[in-house]
Amino acid sequence: MGKIEDLEVFNGEGYQLSRLDKVIAAARANSVWPLPFATSCCGIEYMGSMGSNYDVARFGMERMSFSPRQADLLIVAGTISKKLAPILKQVYEQMSEPKWVLSVGACASSGGIFDTYSVLQGIDRVIPVDVYVPGCPPRPEQIIDGIMKIHELVKHEGMRNRYSDEYKAKLDKYNIEVNGK
Amino acid sequence: MASKLTNEAVIERIKGQFGSDILSAETPYDFLTIEVLTSKQHEIIEWLKKDEMLSISFLTNLGGVHYPEQAGREFAVVYHLQSMVNNFRLRLKIYVSKENPEVDSIVDLYVGANWMERETYDFFGITFKGHPNLVRILNEDSMDYFPMRKEYHLEDATREDKDDRFFGR
Repeated sequence: MGKIEDLEVFNGEGYQLSRLDKVIAAARANSVWPLPFATSCCGIEYMGSMGSNYDVARFGMERMSFSPRQADLLIVAGTISKKLAPILKQVYEQMSEPKWVLSVGACASSGGIFDTYSVLQGIDRVIPVDVYVPGCPPRPEQIIDGIMKIHELVKHEGMRNRYSDEYKAKLDKYNIEVNGK
Repeated sequence: MASKLTNEAVIERIKGQFGSDILSAETPYDFLTIEVLTSKQHEIIEWLKKDEMLSISFLTNLGGVHYPEQAGREFAVVYHLQSMVNNFRLRLKIYVSKENPEVDSIVDLYVGANWMERETYDFFGITFKGHPNLVRILNEDSMDYFPMRKEYHLEDATREDKDDRFFGR
């Protein structure tokens, strides 16, 4: 299992003391349930990352969640057309907090080569993104590196972050309500 | 396999029926291409389908073209028709102006024309009179222009990180 470097523990006789938020963060980081929103070749690379050669299951991610309500991480892999953008936003809104977004590849991050009237020029125009993975398409090593960076964010997620004014202000920019409020 | 019909025989047959309604007939790459009077297009396609000798009764494709430099005939609608029994293909063109880009729908002749006419409407703004459900099919419903018309740039208009001179904005 992955370890939390700065997790202090106090061992006593028959018990162990530590900080609850750090323990919860460690539990979350080692069981991130991803929702693959895959539309094109980046999705194929993500399937390669899931397969036995690269195997994201090593990091507690063996269960792909195709229900947004049970997912922690939205992995957007591929070209998102403007017609698809409201659906992507709806999927993001249906995920429960805390949630993270990984943008895989040039198209999801910036529109890529599709600088055209029908393609969304980066998913960060409709939903906030935590980590961008460059490449067209990125190799599975790069995707896993992006996932590792997500894990770092998850490990340092505080208990009250998602209730903060800063977080609300960030989502306000995207016209998304926090916790249904 | 060679066609049972020659281009010359087909032109003769069509002109014998419609005469001056056939505005021109060419054979680029040996592919018979006729331009017909816009108001007669439905009647001619129907006759081609029912004529026993030609029996051109299959619609391969239908689409629009924008020629902004041709005043009064800016939009073309091109029908690719095929005779399965004769192994013969025909391209049929009609032109309309940008002020009144309206042509007759052929959905009553070919049900397969339904989505093709919607697509042509979606991208060129050509309306098809008599179509049962003429709404956008591929682009988002909120789009307020017809993107394949040449006065609109292909590129996304909201990008700010590229040098506009090189991207047609």
